[in-house]
Amino acid sequence: MTAADATVRASLQHATAVVCTHCQLPVPAGLIEPDAQDQFCCGGCRTAFAVLHDHGLDTYHDTTVGRDGPVAAEPRGRSFEEFDHVTFHELYVRRTPEGLSQVDLYLEGVRCGACVWLVERVPLVVPGVARAELNVRRSLARVAWDDTAVSLSHVARTLDSLGYHPHPFRGFEVEAMRRREDRAMLARIGVAGAIAANVMLAALALYSGQFGGMDGPYERFFRWVSLLLTTPALFGPGRVFFAGAWASFKTRTLHMDLPIAIALAVGWAQGVANTITNSGPIYFDGLATLIFALLAGRFLQQRGQRAATDSAELLYSLSPLTARVVDGDATREVPAQALLPGMTLEVRAGETFAADGTVASGRSKVDVALLTGESRPVSVDAGDRVYAGTMNVSSALRVRVDAAGEQSRLASLLHQVEDSVRRRAPVVQLANRLAVWFVAVVLLVAAGTALFWYPRNPTAAIDNAIALLVVTCPCALALATPLAVSVAIGRAARNGILIKGGDALERLAAPGTLLLDKTGTITESRVALAAWDGPEWVKPLVLALEQESSHPIAAGFRRAFDGIAAGEARLTTHVAGGGIDGMVDGRHVVVGSPAFVEARAARGPDVSTPARHLTPVLVAVDGAIMASAGFGDPVRADAGRAVDSLRRRGWKVGILSGDHSEVVASVGETLGLSRDGCVGGAAPEEKLRVVQEAGRNGTVVMVGDGVNDAAAMAAASVGVGVHGGAEACLATADVYLARPGLGPLVTLTEGATRTMRVIRRNIAFSIGYNVIGAALAVTGVITPLIAAVLMPASSLTVVLASWLSRTFPTERAS
Amino acid sequence: MSVVFIVVPLAALIVLAAVIAFVVSARRGQFDDLDTPPVRMLNDDRPGRSGSSTPNP
Repeated sequence: MTAADATVRASLQHATAVVCTHCQLPVPAGLIEPDAQDQFCCGGCRTAFAVLHDHGLDTYHDTTVGRDGPVAAEPRGRSFEEFDHVTFHELYVRRTPEGLSQVDLYLEGVRCGACVWLVERVPLVVPGVARAELNVRRSLARVAWDDTAVSLSHVARTLDSLGYHPHPFRGFEVEAMRRREDRAMLARIGVAGAIAANVMLAALALYSGQFGGMDGPYERFFRWVSLLLTTPALFGPGRVFFAGAWASFKTRTLHMDLPIAIALAVGWAQGVANTITNSGPIYFDGLATLIFALLAGRFLQQRGQRAATDSAELLYSLSPLTARVVDGDATREVPAQALLPGMTLEVRAGETFAADGTVASGRSKVDVALLTGESRPVSVDAGDRVYAGTMNVSSALRVRVDAAGEQSRLASLLHQVEDSVRRRAPVVQLANRLAVWFVAVVLLVAAGTALFWYPRNPTAAIDNAIALLVVTCPCALALATPLAVSVAIGRAARNGILIKGGDALERLAAPGTLLLDKTGTITESRVALAAWDGPEWVKPLVLALEQESSHPIAAGFRRAFDGIAAGEARLTTHVAGGGIDGMVDGRHVVVGSPAFVEARAARGPDVSTPARHLTPVLVAVDGAIMASAGFGDPVRADAGRAVDSLRRRGWKVGILSGDHSEVVASVGETLGLSRDGCVGGAAPEEKLRVVQEAGRNGTVVMVGDGVNDAAAMAAASVGVGVHGGAEACLATADVYLARPGLGPLVTLTEGATRTMRVIRRNIAFSIGYNVIGAALAVTGVITPLIAAVLMPASSLTVVLASWLSRTFPTERAS
Repeated sequence: MSVVFIVVPLAALIVLAAVIAFVVSARRGQFDDLDTPPVRMLNDDRPGRSGSSTPNP
């Protein structure tokens, strides 16, 4: 133990003795002022005390003595040794130019402005800490300290003693990159804005001079001022357009930066010529405004798109927000983003793993459906790997974290989805191709305009050509589709619908044939008690016997008889493929298949046989058959409603299943589907054939799980994976529904229809705007300045229309 | 009126100073977080009450 540790410990113990003068809560160790008469636990209390004191209301503090026991954030007294580990430093700690170490810590318990005061006092309390800055909204503290003077674990212990439990924050690389981009963009916008405003002032003087008359020297002076102001805007912030145009020139593809760059270059050159010769208009006010407006528009658009497709958000919508970390004998709740390799987690039955890891102790079953598509839970034992996003089904496990957050298998899967979103989206590509043609046409028309006007009026020729180049910005057109698609995909992901590309949305927009797999899609893919014929008193006996068994039928009984008090079963024997035999409350009970039970008991009171599509189970008590049960796969609660709603929308719904025809027919009947639309007993090859046949008559959507229906889903126009595991599904399917049931399917088709409507609206608007704008510019109705104002307005309209459109519900329906 | 020949360049210089200040502060991340500084200001120590004279970072 170092001396510094001893100090912290001593001050921690001291903390119990000192209470806040205002609120009577213990004062955090770091904030005790040895010489002061009044002690405060936070800035809020200090202020409140001062206010009361100033108003002569000090008696308030006499009445607070003996209030109910305080409830405060208790320091957990952890050692935070891992914060000094080499791997930790490699992962999270950076060096600052002044030779300090710097780390971003995610703090639990940050609530209000008072926390800023408290956290930022750390440098005063711990010698060696240079800075501590807190971002309240994100609960992120950036701490810079001198490695030689103090250890990070000491800083962490101090933060802990103040009541803020620190966790390392991952993802700072992406964060740092974004921050650099944002800062550079902001600086560009600021420069462009300042220049534009000042050129406008000069322009105002010039325009008013045209009406009121202006002496030659003054006019020349303001023209030169405009020139000198605009030139840095063009070559500073405006450089991005020239860079884009140059890249487009090099790759021989037409990019929307090209006409902008040409407009800027031509306008500037002409403006310079006119300034020097002191004749004709200068375009500097328009150019400066154009640069500013374009940059601001791009900044907004970038932010909107980023918010829509943030992979972190995708990830956190699938994996849990917190995990329980085992810490000695106790466990504590920790945000999932603060998990570190090497930590041990406790995961109880029914909880989802927050990170990839190895089972340290315990034995359970894990539902890995999200990743592999296996619908049956997999048994895991000490030493087995478990993955973030999968669910622990039967009993508590201790798991050692191997990879968390961005390193987990789930994260890499989501990155794949993101990549494919970027890669394959024909709708987006179409829009880009359109934009290219658009640029070509605009350049030609601009040249034509200039040639047409030049013999008549050289000034108007340049004016109109520039107005045309500026007003017909393809931005709106190029933004129309990708923005709508990315907003829709981002929103869908928050609703548990992962869509691989814009093409799927396009094809889902118009109704066609929809084929549903039965098991796991329409039904819940689990064994459930569907029929019971027997007296109530038999139920506890059955439950007692089935308590121990891991057989699906036993689980079905346990679920169905939940809440019934069961007795103790003794002398039980399990016969594989038969049933269970044992003593409960002194009675001999046999539960199992008809053959198994009938061999051990006589026919008792009249017990009905369950319907043919159910699995029969008999129960005998003291040698007489007393009850019968039928097990089946129950149809999902929302299936009927979802199918009705899809059919109302014009979809032809059918069932395509490998299950027995009779079962499929009975399920189809429940959902009100026609008999010939329900195909049962279909092997994967048969499924593929049916899908291909249906595909001849238009769109066919196959909804199924990732394993059995992979071929059929790949052959369908759109494959939708349900319950089949995201990893397996997304290899072949275009859409994965992470939420159970058919409800998301309705949301998906509705959202797709709305997205296409938004796209069409956007494209129609941009084309309309461009045609009208071009016509006005060619005929010389609008000046370059008005064009420069109109152009970003059109882009912003498209951005807002996409952003505000209600394609998918914005709220996370949980 | 000839004063504009002096005043306008002077104004331009002031604008330049402002722009440089803005760019420098943007590069240093002054605009990264717009939520915390307002509360940080509220938490400044009251002179005479605090045991320390060091200002907040």
